[in-house]
Amino acid sequence: MGSANIVKQLKLLPQKVFAIILFLLIWEIAPRTGLVDPVFLPPASVVFSALYDLVITGVLFKHTSISLQRAFGGFAIAALTAIPLGFIVGWFKTFEKYMDPLLQTMRQLPILALFPVFILFFGIGEVSKLAIIALACFWSIFLNTVSGVLNVDPLLIKSARSMGIPHTGMFRKVVLPAAAPAIFTGLRYAGTVSLIVLVAAEMIGANAGLGFFVINSEAKFAIPDMYAAIVALTILGVVINYLLIGVERSVSKWKEEIVRS
Amino acid sequence: MTKIKAENIKKTFKIRTNGNSRNNGNSSNELLALGGVNLAINKGEFISIVGPSGCGKSTFLDLVGGLSKPNEGNIYIDGKPVEGPGLDRGIVFQQYALFPWRTALENVEFGLESQNIPKNERRGTAQKYLTLVGLNSFEDRYPYELSGGMKQRVAIARALAFDPDILLMDEPFGALDAQTREILQRELLHIWEETHKTILFITHSIDEAVFLSDKVAIMTARPGVIKKMEDIPIARNDRFEDDIRSSQDFVKSRYKLWELLKEEVVRAQQISGNAVSNFSKWETAK
Repeated sequence: MGSANIVKQLKLLPQKVFAIILFLLIWEIAPRTGLVDPVFLPPASVVFSALYDLVITGVLFKHTSISLQRAFGGFAIAALTAIPLGFIVGWFKTFEKYMDPLLQTMRQLPILALFPVFILFFGIGEVSKLAIIALACFWSIFLNTVSGVLNVDPLLIKSARSMGIPHTGMFRKVVLPAAAPAIFTGLRYAGTVSLIVLVAAEMIGANAGLGFFVINSEAKFAIPDMYAAIVALTILGVVINYLLIGVERSVSKWKEEIVRS
Repeated sequence: MTKIKAENIKKTFKIRTNGNSRNNGNSSNELLALGGVNLAINKGEFISIVGPSGCGKSTFLDLVGGLSKPNEGNIYIDGKPVEGPGLDRGIVFQQYALFPWRTALENVEFGLESQNIPKNERRGTAQKYLTLVGLNSFEDRYPYELSGGMKQRVAIARALAFDPDILLMDEPFGALDAQTREILQRELLHIWEETHKTILFITHSIDEAVFLSDKVAIMTARPGVIKKMEDIPIARNDRFEDDIRSSQDFVKSRYKLWELLKEEVVRAQQISGNAVSNFSKWETAK
């Protein structure tokens, strides 16, 4: 990281923003020229000014913070359960063989289909939303942890054993760092999933949050507000993804090829 | 003084039975890898084991390293039976086995961490051994930033750092190109002179074995036993001379060993059934 790097980044800037600016231009022009109905798709400038108003009045902040609490809460619950369980299942290979068919089947279950079940058990409150987000995030973290642990190079274990390290040390010094990149891939994917499920859950049963705000604006026919919230969700997704990539990079800097997304 | 002693070591492996193994009438699904290995290595000696591929030479090294247990027989180090891995033995593997998330220096420190050595001292020791293998300016590099030869140097430094009496080397130069291989062979001889380790070296290259060792043990095809132990009549100092490989003693030793090994190679090919691939491997190794 030096000034040379910054110059390089600046040179890449036109390339990076070109498509986005083009997209915004089309979004601005198409409704204005009557190519699409401006009532259903207001021009970008209208949407962004609605977004500005929502920021100024604090409405957006209120809904965003509620949404973030849910997404982060569910994500945290998932990470705290999936990583330890993934280590257990990955480490005991026989157990993994027995569990795998069930896990592979469960993974294919469309999570949102379970939302009514969660409402049945936990009611319409926060718990059911946290639970469904947690469950949705769980799979990608869990399965990536399992495969990370399963794929630890046996030679590294052998090599560590030859240097007389105890079982606890083996876990901390070999298995954990070797599996870390896989775990972070799972976490990053879970970050994306948490937002998707959050929005869906908030649309089905909530009275606050960005998902609720999107569907509620549509119901009230406040179309610019609806789009503003969608834009806010997109920005949120981008920020979360970049944060997780940043963390992932810092723990996998020893990898030859860093996963880019 | 005997440093390592192996008495009648036998080792069997369970073979995974696949569908058609029932048809060939062979009810036994155990494979005898080592059929009674006897070997004694004196303190400070450099001994190589040469054998055809699949003869169990790496298996034997694992047993000496305490990484697996023999089905029969015992291995003694300084008269005490081996019961598991220990810091009295350092192992160098063909595929380096460096921890990719650790820098060169941190890799060398690994074996020191399980002893309660203060961090500063650990660092100092690791630096000393990286310098010994000529990599002092690469201590902050990750393994992916190092060439094969450098990786193996780090692995050697790592095995030396906790100062074991014995160095066990499992085809350590097998994955390297010819030039790097020769350079590292010379360096290993220097290190051996400096550190006075007892070295057990596994290779399938006769040339390498003759160049490095005091004695070379020829192993038979599976089930592996020691067929013969040959003394190499070349003084340590003479080995650094440029034309040593064409000297009479060297050529003679190489020829004698190849005569002993040839029929084992043929037998190993018959056993393994894929003569073609093994032969080509041998052609290049020889």
